[in-house]
Amino acid sequence: MARAAVLGRLEIPTSRGPLRWQFGTLAEVVRETPRVSSLYLDVPDWQGHLAGQHVDVRLTADDGYQAERSYSIASAPDDPRLALTVERLDDGEVSPYLVGELRVGDRLELRGPIGGFFVWRGEDDRPLLLIAGGSGVVPLMAMLRHRANVESTVPARLLFSSRTQADVIYRDELSRLGAAGDGLTVFHALTREKPAGWSGYTRRIDEAMLKEVAWPIQESPAVFICGPTPFVEAASQLLVAMGYEPRSIKTERFGATGGTA
Amino acid sequence: MGFVSRGFRGKRRDNVSSSRVPPGQYVVTDFPVLSAGPTPHVNLDQWTFSIEGEIDEPKKWTWKEFSALPADTVTKDIHCVTKWTKLDTTWKGVSVDTLMEGVDTAADFTTVYSDGGYTTNLALDDITANKAWVVYEFDGQPIEPQHGGPVRFFVPHLYFWKSAKWVRGIRLQKEEHPGFWESNGYHIRGDPWREQRYWGD
Repeated sequence: MARAAVLGRLEIPTSRGPLRWQFGTLAEVVRETPRVSSLYLDVPDWQGHLAGQHVDVRLTADDGYQAERSYSIASAPDDPRLALTVERLDDGEVSPYLVGELRVGDRLELRGPIGGFFVWRGEDDRPLLLIAGGSGVVPLMAMLRHRANVESTVPARLLFSSRTQADVIYRDELSRLGAAGDGLTVFHALTREKPAGWSGYTRRIDEAMLKEVAWPIQESPAVFICGPTPFVEAASQLLVAMGYEPRSIKTERFGATGGTA
Repeated sequence: MGFVSRGFRGKRRDNVSSSRVPPGQYVVTDFPVLSAGPTPHVNLDQWTFSIEGEIDEPKKWTWKEFSALPADTVTKDIHCVTKWTKLDTTWKGVSVDTLMEGVDTAADFTTVYSDGGYTTNLALDDITANKAWVVYEFDGQPIEPQHGGPVRFFVPHLYFWKSAKWVRGIRLQKEEHPGFWESNGYHIRGDPWREQRYWGD
C-alpha cells in the first residue's frame, strides 16, 4: 500500500469538541484469519488518533433500527488509511455484518477517536511490554505499527496468545516487524494446538512464561494488556504478584467474567 | 431518507421493551468487565469508608461498622458506556442518604475514590435522594473482585463507570473536578438516556 497521505494531526484527541458521526468508505478488506478481517477505510477529514484508541461504529437498517459497537483502531496514526480489525462473533449483531456483508465501496458510519488512557505515544521511551489474547492484539498492533513508522527503537516485546496457529492475527506482518532488528521481539503462545515444528509456547500464559518475556521490574516497563476478561485478569494478576507496579499496567478487557479465552 | 447500511437488518430483541434500553445500547445477559488496570485485592480488615472534604467532621466507618448500617436491596438496570445494558440487576448496600445523614455541607460536587487510584466525579444531587448506594452484594452474593468487590459504588441512572469499583470514600467539593475517565475523553455527567458518552455529547 502506498504511503502517500498521512492521516491528520496527532494532538486532536485532547480537544473537547464533540465527536461527530462521519462516514468512511471501505477501500480494502484483508482476511487475517478465518474469523477475523481488517477493514481499511478512507475517512475524509479524519481528525487523527493515538495508537490504542477506538471508534464507535453505527449500523442503520432501512426501518431506522440502529446498532452501535466499539472497535479498536488497528492502524497507526501515521498510516494512510484507518483500519479496524474485527473478529466475527457468531452470535453477534454487528461483527457478522462487518466481516461478511460489508463490501468495498460501502460506506460505514463511525465516530472517534475515543479513549485517552490505553494509548502509547511514540515519544514514550520506557521499554514496552505488550500482552495480547486473540483479537486483543488489535490496539497493540496500532502501537507496534506506530513504533515502526516513527522509527522508535525503544525495546519492545509482544507476547501474543492465540488458540491455534490458524488463529494468529497479523502473523506475517508480526514476523516482519519482529525481524526488522529495531528492538522488537515477538513471542507467540498457542493454547489449543501443538503443531509440529512450532517454536513458540504451547500453553496458557503463566509466571514462568512472563519471567522469560517481561522486562525486569527495575527497567520500569510500560505494560499494555488486551484480550478477553479472564485472559487479562490472569496476565495482570501474575505481573502484580511478580512485583510490577500496578499503575504501570494498563488493561483493556472484552467480554464477561468466566468466559473462555 | 437518511443513511442506510446496505444489507444490515440487525437482531431485533422484541422481548425487551425499548423503553428500558437507552439509545445506542444493547442488552446482554452475561456480565462484562471494564477496568483500566489490574484488579486490586481489598482486605476488609483494613477497609474503611470515608466522607471527607467540605464537611466539618469527616465521617469514617470500618467494615464492621459499615456492614451494620441499615441496608437496601435494589433491583435496577445498568448501562455501560461500552454499549451493553444489563437488566434487573440486584444489589445490596447502604444508601448514600443514610451515609449523609446529619451532614451539613456547602458542596455541590463530589469525587468518589477507590483503591487503585480510580476516581469519578458526581454532582451531589446525582447521589442523594435515593439514587446511589455503596453496595457489597450482587445477586445475593459478595461482589466478585473483578466486578468491584468487596464494596463498590452504585449509581445506576448514570453510565456504569460512575459506579466506582473498590470504593473507599466520597470527597465533598464546592467545584467539579473531572475524575479518571472524565479526564480521558468521557462525559462529565454520563446520562445514558441523553447518550452522554464522550466530551461534547
